[in-house]
Amino acid sequence: MGALTNAQVMKSYENKTEDSAGQLTQSADCKFRISRLNFYYGPVHALHDISLRIQKNQITALIGPSGCGKSTFLRTLNRMYETVRHTRAEGEILLDGEDIFSMDLVALRRRVGMVFQKPNPFPKSIFENVAYGLKVNGASKGISLTDAVEASLRRAALWDEVKDALHKSALALSGGQQQRLCIARALAVNPEVVLLDEPCSALDPISTAKIEELLFTLKENCTMVIVTHNMQQAARVSKYTGFFLLGELIEFNETNMIFKKPARKETEDYITGRFG
Amino acid sequence: MRRSILWRKSVNIAMIGATGLCATVTVASLILILGFLAWKGAHYITWAFLTQLPAPVGELGGGMGNAIVGSGKMLLLASVTGIPVGLMAGIYLAEFGGRTISFMVRYAADLLNGVPSIVTGIFIYTVVVLTMGNFSALAGGLALGVMMIPIVVRSTEDFILAVPGNMLEGALALGVSKWRGVATVVLPAARRGIMTGILLSLARVAGETAPLLFTSFNNQYWSRGWDSPIASLPVVIYTYAVSPYKSWHDQAWAAGFVLLALVLLVNIGAHMILSRQHSVQRG
Amino acid sequence: MGTLVNSSARSARPEMPERALQAFLRKLKSGDEIAHLVTLLFALTILLITGLLFFELYVHSAASRQQFGWHFLVTSTWDPVSNQFGALPFVYGTVVTTVISLLMAIPLGIGGAIFLAEFAPTNVSDSLTFVVELLAAVPSVIYGLLGIFTVIPLLRDDVDPFLQARFGFLPIFQGPIYGVGFLAAGVVLAIMIVPFILSVSRQILLAVPSEQREAALSLGATRWEAIWKVVVPYARTGILGSIFLAMARALGETMAVTMVIGNTPQINASLFAPGYSIAAVIANEFTEATGRVYLHALIELGLVLFVLTIILNGLARILILATTQRGTAHT
Repeated sequence: MGALTNAQVMKSYENKTEDSAGQLTQSADCKFRISRLNFYYGPVHALHDISLRIQKNQITALIGPSGCGKSTFLRTLNRMYETVRHTRAEGEILLDGEDIFSMDLVALRRRVGMVFQKPNPFPKSIFENVAYGLKVNGASKGISLTDAVEASLRRAALWDEVKDALHKSALALSGGQQQRLCIARALAVNPEVVLLDEPCSALDPISTAKIEELLFTLKENCTMVIVTHNMQQAARVSKYTGFFLLGELIEFNETNMIFKKPARKETEDYITGRFG
Repeated sequence: MRRSILWRKSVNIAMIGATGLCATVTVASLILILGFLAWKGAHYITWAFLTQLPAPVGELGGGMGNAIVGSGKMLLLASVTGIPVGLMAGIYLAEFGGRTISFMVRYAADLLNGVPSIVTGIFIYTVVVLTMGNFSALAGGLALGVMMIPIVVRSTEDFILAVPGNMLEGALALGVSKWRGVATVVLPAARRGIMTGILLSLARVAGETAPLLFTSFNNQYWSRGWDSPIASLPVVIYTYAVSPYKSWHDQAWAAGFVLLALVLLVNIGAHMILSRQHSVQRG
Repeated sequence: MGTLVNSSARSARPEMPERALQAFLRKLKSGDEIAHLVTLLFALTILLITGLLFFELYVHSAASRQQFGWHFLVTSTWDPVSNQFGALPFVYGTVVTTVISLLMAIPLGIGGAIFLAEFAPTNVSDSLTFVVELLAAVPSVIYGLLGIFTVIPLLRDDVDPFLQARFGFLPIFQGPIYGVGFLAAGVVLAIMIVPFILSVSRQILLAVPSEQREAALSLGATRWEAIWKVVVPYARTGILGSIFLAMARALGETMAVTMVIGNTPQINASLFAPGYSIAAVIANEFTEATGRVYLHALIELGLVLFVLTIILNGLARILILATTQRGTAHT
C-alpha cells in the first residue's frame, strides 16, 4: 500500500490501454479517462473492469449486442444511473483530469449532456424546450434567450423547419424533429460532451440520416459518445469504436481498425454477424 | 332437458331489455333530480335570495346570503389547509417515497377517504371545538379540509406517476436538481389532472352537511372572523327542509338547486379538463 | 494487482464515507434533501391526522365504554334522562336500512353495469357511466330534501298502503303507516348507493379478459348466457367488493337518512315503523348531549361506525384488487 506513486499507477494504466487499443491517444486530447470501472445493479455485476479513453472533439461509438452493457456504461459518464436505486459504480472516471464522482452532480451534467433513445421533449413550446436548460441554470441573465435558442436550433439543423412555429407545442413535431429538438435542447447549455444513447433507433431512415449528418458538424467543438445498435452507423459516423460483450470491453480502437482488422475473435464474430 | 333455441334467444333479448332498463333508470334519475329541483326551486332564486339574511321565523322573504358566504369562507379555509397537504404528500408519494412510509401514508389516506363525514365532524369537534369552547368557522373549515386531503393526495400521485419517467430524466440530464426538475417539468405536465383532483375535492366537500353540524353549527346572521358559528348552504338546506314552514321549504328547494347546479358544474368542468388533456397529449 | 488499484488511485471504495458526506452536503445545497424533507413532513401529517382521529374517538368515548362495555352494542334502552345508553336500536336501524337499500340497489346496479359493459357501444357506455358518476356527486342533503317531499308522500299515499293491502300478512308490512320509517330510508339509500355498485361493477366486468366471453360464445351460447354464466361468475369477487363498498357508504350516510327515517329509537319488525340509524342519532343528538356519558356514548357510536367502515372498505379493496389482478394476469 502506498509503495507506488500516483504517476506510476497512471503509467500502468496507460500501458494497459496501449495494449488493448494498439494506438495510444495523447493525454491532452483525452476528454474522459475511465479506469477499471465496475458497475453493479444490486448484486448483479453488470460492468467488469472497463478502461478506456474518450478523445476530445471526436465521435466515439460503442457497439455490441443487446444487454452487453454499453448503455449502462454510457450512463455512468454523466452519473445518470444514480436515479435508479441499488446501483453502484466503482473505479475511476476522469473528465479533463477531474474525478466525476467528487464533482457536483449538477455541474457534471451541465458539462456532459445526454440525448435519449426515445425523444423526450417537455410538454412545453419548442422555444421553451430549448431555453429550459438556460433558464433553469440561471445562465439566461445577460444573454438573449431568443438568440441562444436560434443558435441551438441551427446547430441541430432544425431552425428552418420550426422558426415560424417556436411557440407551438413540441409534442406536435414528428419523431425525427423531436429528437433534433432534444439535441438542440442539450446543446443550448453548451456542453463539452454529448452522450447519445441509440438516438436514432426510434426514427425513420431519413431522420436518421439527418441526425448523422448533424453529428459530423457538431463534433468540431463537442466530444460525442454514441451507443448504437447499428454497426453501419458506427462505421459511418465515428472515429473510435468500442465493442462491448457481456459487460466487458472486448476491444477499443480506431473505427476502421475495428471493422477491417479486428484484433479479437469476438469482435470479428459480431461484425460479421455471427451473433447479436 | 334441452331448452329450445327460441326460448334462449327470447331470454337473451329480455335480459338486454332488463339490463338496459336498469341503466336507463339510473341515468334518468340524475336528470329527474336536477329537473325536479329546478322546477321547484329555480323561480325563488332572486338577487335578494342570494344576498339577504334570513327573515325571522315564519315570516316571508329573506335570503341565504349568509349561508352562501359562510360556505365560501369555509371552503377557502378548507382549500388553504387541504390542498397544500394533499399536494405535497402526493408529490412525496410519487417522487420521493420510501417503501414503508409510502405504504403507510397511502393506507392512511385511503382510510381517511372512507371515514363517514360525521365521524370527521366528531374528530374536529374534540380537537377544535372543545378546545375553543365554541362552534366556529375555523372548525368547520378544518373539517372540510381534512376531507379534501385524501382526494387531492390520490389524484396528485396518480397524475404525477402518469407523466412518463423519461421526461424527468431529460431535465436531470441538463444539469438540474431533482426538485427543480419535478417543479418545472413534471408538475406542469401533470397540472391538468392535479387541478381536476382539487376541483373534485372542492365539489365533494361543498355539499357536505354532517361534519358541519357540530363544528360550524349555524348562524342566522353574518358572522365575522373565524371563531364564531357560521351558516353554510348545506346546513341551512337541512334546517329549512325539516322545518314546518312552507316559505322555508321553498327556500330549501332554491338553495338545493343552487348547490346541486354548482356541484354538477364543477364535476362536469373537471371531466372536460381531463378529456382535453388526453387529446392534447395525443397531438 | 488489486492492492495497486486501492493504494493511491482515487477509487470509490476506501473513500465511500467521505464521498457520501460530500454528496449529502451537495444534495442539501441543491435543495433535493429539503424538498424530500418538506414533502415527507406533509405526508406524515396525514399519518398524524389519521392516528389522531382514532385516538380522539377512543379517548372521548371512554366514559361510555367503561360504563357499558360490550353490552353497549346489544342493549336497546337509549335513555339520556337516566343515563342509560344502549346502541341496539341504532345498530338495528342501520342494518335494516342497509339491507333494504342493497336489495334494491344490487339488481339495479349490476343490471345496469352488465348493460353498460357488455351490450352498449363504447362511447354510449362511457357517457352514460359519466352521468352515473355524477349521481354519486349529488350531496346527501339534496337526496334528503327529495326524500322528504317526493319519496315520503309517494310511500305514504301509494306504495305502503298497497304493500299492506297485498302483503299485510307479513310482519314487515304491518302496523301504522307514517311515510317516514325504515322503508323510506332504505329507498333513499338505494338510490344513493346504486352509482357505486354500477360504476365499480362495470369496471370489473370490463376487466374480464375477452377470451372468456369468446370461449363461451364459440360454444354456441347466446350473449346473455355468456355473460351470466361465464363473465359474471369470473367477476363475482370484484362485484362482491363493489357491494361492500356500497355498504360502507350506506353505513355512513347521515343526512338523507335522518331526514326520512323518523328518528325514533325503537326496534320494530315493521318496515313502515319509524326508526333510527347510528349516523342519524349522532347528527340529531350531538349538540344536545348534556353530560359526559351521553356525549361519550354518541362518540362511541362514531367509533363503531369508523371501525365498521374501515373493515368493509378494506375487504372491498382486497376483493376488487384480486379480481382485476387476476384479469390482467391472464392477458
